[in-house]
Amino acid sequence: MMAMNNLHHGAGLTHQLLLALPFIMAIILYISAVLLSLQRQRPWHWHRSVFWIAGCLSAIAAVSGPLARRAVFDFEAHMAGHLLLGMLAPLLMVLGAPVTLMLRTLRPRSARRLSRLLRSWPVRVISDPLFASILNVGGLWLLYTTNLYSAMHGSNPLHALIHLHVFLAGYVFTAAIIYIDPTPHRASFVYRSGALIAALAAHGMLSKYIYAHPPAGVSAIQAESGGMLMYYGGDAVDVILICILCYQWYKRCRPRIPLSVSKPEGFPQN
Amino acid sequence: MEERKNRKKKTIPAYAKYAGRNMWSGILFGIGMVAFIDEMVFHQLLHWHHFYDKSTTAIGLVSDGIFHAFSWFATVASLFMVADLRRRRAWHAARWWGGILLGAGLFQLYDGTIQHKVWKLHQIRYDVEVLPYDLVWNSTACLMIAFSILTLVRTRPPRAEMNDGYE
Repeated sequence: MMAMNNLHHGAGLTHQLLLALPFIMAIILYISAVLLSLQRQRPWHWHRSVFWIAGCLSAIAAVSGPLARRAVFDFEAHMAGHLLLGMLAPLLMVLGAPVTLMLRTLRPRSARRLSRLLRSWPVRVISDPLFASILNVGGLWLLYTTNLYSAMHGSNPLHALIHLHVFLAGYVFTAAIIYIDPTPHRASFVYRSGALIAALAAHGMLSKYIYAHPPAGVSAIQAESGGMLMYYGGDAVDVILICILCYQWYKRCRPRIPLSVSKPEGFPQN
Repeated sequence: MEERKNRKKKTIPAYAKYAGRNMWSGILFGIGMVAFIDEMVFHQLLHWHHFYDKSTTAIGLVSDGIFHAFSWFATVASLFMVADLRRRRAWHAARWWGGILLGAGLFQLYDGTIQHKVWKLHQIRYDVEVLPYDLVWNSTACLMIAFSILTLVRTRPPRAEMNDGYE
């Protein structure tokens, strides 16, 4: 069934630890920053911490432990890992508002440097919703329609690099669609909606493509179940993203002038 | 009658100002609803439709991907639009339902003709004579479109007020 010769790549304990380490560090750093912030009498919503920790845990679950061990030979497990690492973890971590937390915890000089970095043109390009969508779903198209997928299981560095890309591209994409942290380069709701629909469509098309054209080394049955998991799992995570984006629109475009009964709209009429 | 009175008072009824948004919100919800019913009833419950029919053309796959993503987004967005209309006291249920029927009918007709037949996405049912299924599918779509036009014409606010109302 499997054409892979070397089943150890991507499943070794040290490799798993290496991939999980950044997320473990992220939890520790975040909690320290929250404690520091509280010490300075600046409250921090507890639900943000919960989102952040849950996000890091789902990323850790994807890159280490039983799921990562299965992912080497089981395409469906690989796809579950992709959904956790590339979609759910980024969403939860964006909701943790890490940049806001960093800006208030850093020394003023470093905070200023950080906000200068956020305003810079490379960040502007990367955080453009359409660019972020291409980075995110385009990368997946490359992974599953070329030899990259089977090459990934033959090389640890490549395996780590691809997983890093999947996570980072997912994070950048989520942060480009919903604005939780301070965002200097803002795109309109229509543009962000369009990019989200395009990304969702490309994701759905890729899952159906995988269903019919298994990547090298994946059996037809696994490709079918993996493709369907990708399709429906993607829908499930994306509907949360859609709800948050629409809710942000709803809050943003509230009627500015108080309503009254006699004049239903309350707007000056010309 | 009521609209006329309002015009005399120089105020525009909120629903007239937002007649277009009521209709569009309905259309979006109609598209989302019919796509949802399609997925739930024909794919998941009856297993009539196939997830991927091996005769699907490439353009069929693209069209399906875009419509699936769009309808998923439209379902949520249209309901937030309703919430927005309600907070502006401008929601007009009948006009909204007219929009739903229009969106649902148009999408079903597109799905039943272009997607199923021209781009061979999948058929309604396999291993049976598919013609009666196609006829029922597409005539339901046409019925919905006819009803929607009737409703939308009947709920149209007077032209003068509609034009005044737009920002």
